Amino acid sequence: MLDRREMMKRAGIAALATGFGSSKVLALETVTLPIGNGERPLVKYPQKRPMIGVTSRPPQLETPFSVFNEGPITPNNAFFVRYHLAQLPLDIDPDKFTLEIKGKVDHPLKLSLKDIKKMPAVELVAVNQCSGNSRGFFDPRVAGGQSGNGAMGNARWRGVPLKTVLDKAGIQQGAKQITLNGMDGPVSDKTPDFVKALDIDHARDGEVMLAYGMNGQDLPLLNGFPLRLIVPGYYGTYWVKHLNEIAVIDSVFDGFWMKTAYRIPDTPCGCVDPGTAPKATIPINRFTVRSFITNVTDGAKLKAGGTTLKGIAFDGGKGIKEVAVSIDGGKTWTPTKLGKDLGKFSFREWQLPVKLAAGSHELKVRATNNAGDSQPSEPRWNPAGYMRNVIETVHVSAA
Amino acid sequence: MNRCVPFVLFLSVGAIAAVSLGRAVTAAPVNYKLPDETAAFKPGPNLDVAQNNCTACHSADYVSIQPRGPKFKKDFWQAEVTKMIKVYGAQIDDADVPKIVEYLAATY
Repeated sequence: MLDRREMMKRAGIAALATGFGSSKVLALETVTLPIGNGERPLVKYPQKRPMIGVTSRPPQLETPFSVFNEGPITPNNAFFVRYHLAQLPLDIDPDKFTLEIKGKVDHPLKLSLKDIKKMPAVELVAVNQCSGNSRGFFDPRVAGGQSGNGAMGNARWRGVPLKTVLDKAGIQQGAKQITLNGMDGPVSDKTPDFVKALDIDHARDGEVMLAYGMNGQDLPLLNGFPLRLIVPGYYGTYWVKHLNEIAVIDSVFDGFWMKTAYRIPDTPCGCVDPGTAPKATIPINRFTVRSFITNVTDGAKLKAGGTTLKGIAFDGGKGIKEVAVSIDGGKTWTPTKLGKDLGKFSFREWQLPVKLAAGSHELKVRATNNAGDSQPSEPRWNPAGYMRNVIETVHVSAA
Repeated sequence: MNRCVPFVLFLSVGAIAAVSLGRAVTAAPVNYKLPDETAAFKPGPNLDVAQNNCTACHSADYVSIQPRGPKFKKDFWQAEVTKMIKVYGAQIDDADVPKIVEYLAATY
């Protein structure tokens, strides 16, 4: 089921009938995100339920927001997809797949998927969120993938700590970073390949993980089958998919996707005055604190009286301490009851019974993490459209 | 390689095998078929020039989803085309650049 925010137009039902058994994109219908030029097709890809089609080549699929009301775990078939480069590894034989560890190590390794699965496994529930999640809401607007709020998801990842593999290889003295490369690549050799880097201490903190399992199944192909990096609390740009090459280096990696792209203003808020350029930038890193109401959508007409609001909150890994709700446009706030704690990197569910008198209401939700970080009442702005985390507002009327 | 097994069925078999054999099992090979691309460039001046250059690396919807309005005309598209050339290494003839910008500004 879709959100009212994503108003449906049942235009393309015929495509469903004619498309059966073929590889034609099934434009089931269109949805309209609440942003200018926000009309998107709902598309059907193998291993996925109907998703909001952002772009088709390279594929970018956004999760319909109503999925976040189904529970704290985002199903594999509804998990968002974001690629940068169009050369995708579509034929993968996991028996032939290898992960290479090279560079400043004592024992260069070439591990098969079987080798990795033989190591003691760990599981971790963690949110993955695109740096540009919610970019479409930026004002002034900025170029890029124009997402609503659905370029995020929460899954139970299974795999091995990256530390285990790096220790096996033996990091040499003087190592500064590791670079991470996946099997996807550019169409033209003039386009910089998608390679990311992590500081060596971060890479072996025991939390960063090589994952082959997602919610009890193999990774869907478009989410990085057969192996991807999990960088808990960090934006999705570091969660390299189809990961098959790790190099340990003794310098700070200067590839395009670290040095030029995915950078935020070097200011405490990661923001600058709207429409201006930052003086200095740093690589994007941890998530800001966010929270959403998931069971009531903007413009909803509710029955006056008692109703229970519910939703989700998450942050960059300190864990959610409190989620508060306002039903009077932010004048007064009431703490909500938090749901089960699935770990400090997970979505945390919340709910609150409220009484809505007849009339219009501005509902707001605000989370605070264990470090005391919260959400701003006015949106922060940066030129690339990253890290949106304004207090979300839902307008409803009760009668 | 032509796989006739419907993809969904194929996957569910893989999932059952994984459950019954435990964690040492290897995942089944995947031959993924992306849906056909349906997004197309809208008609406009120099459509062929835009199509020939831009679609080498990305689909037309990358263009059509960008913000609209008076602030997103010639300067915006000039910056985007320049970014494609300088940053992403797009091989575009100098003579084609103004034609593509004209097409984008007039059409989107």
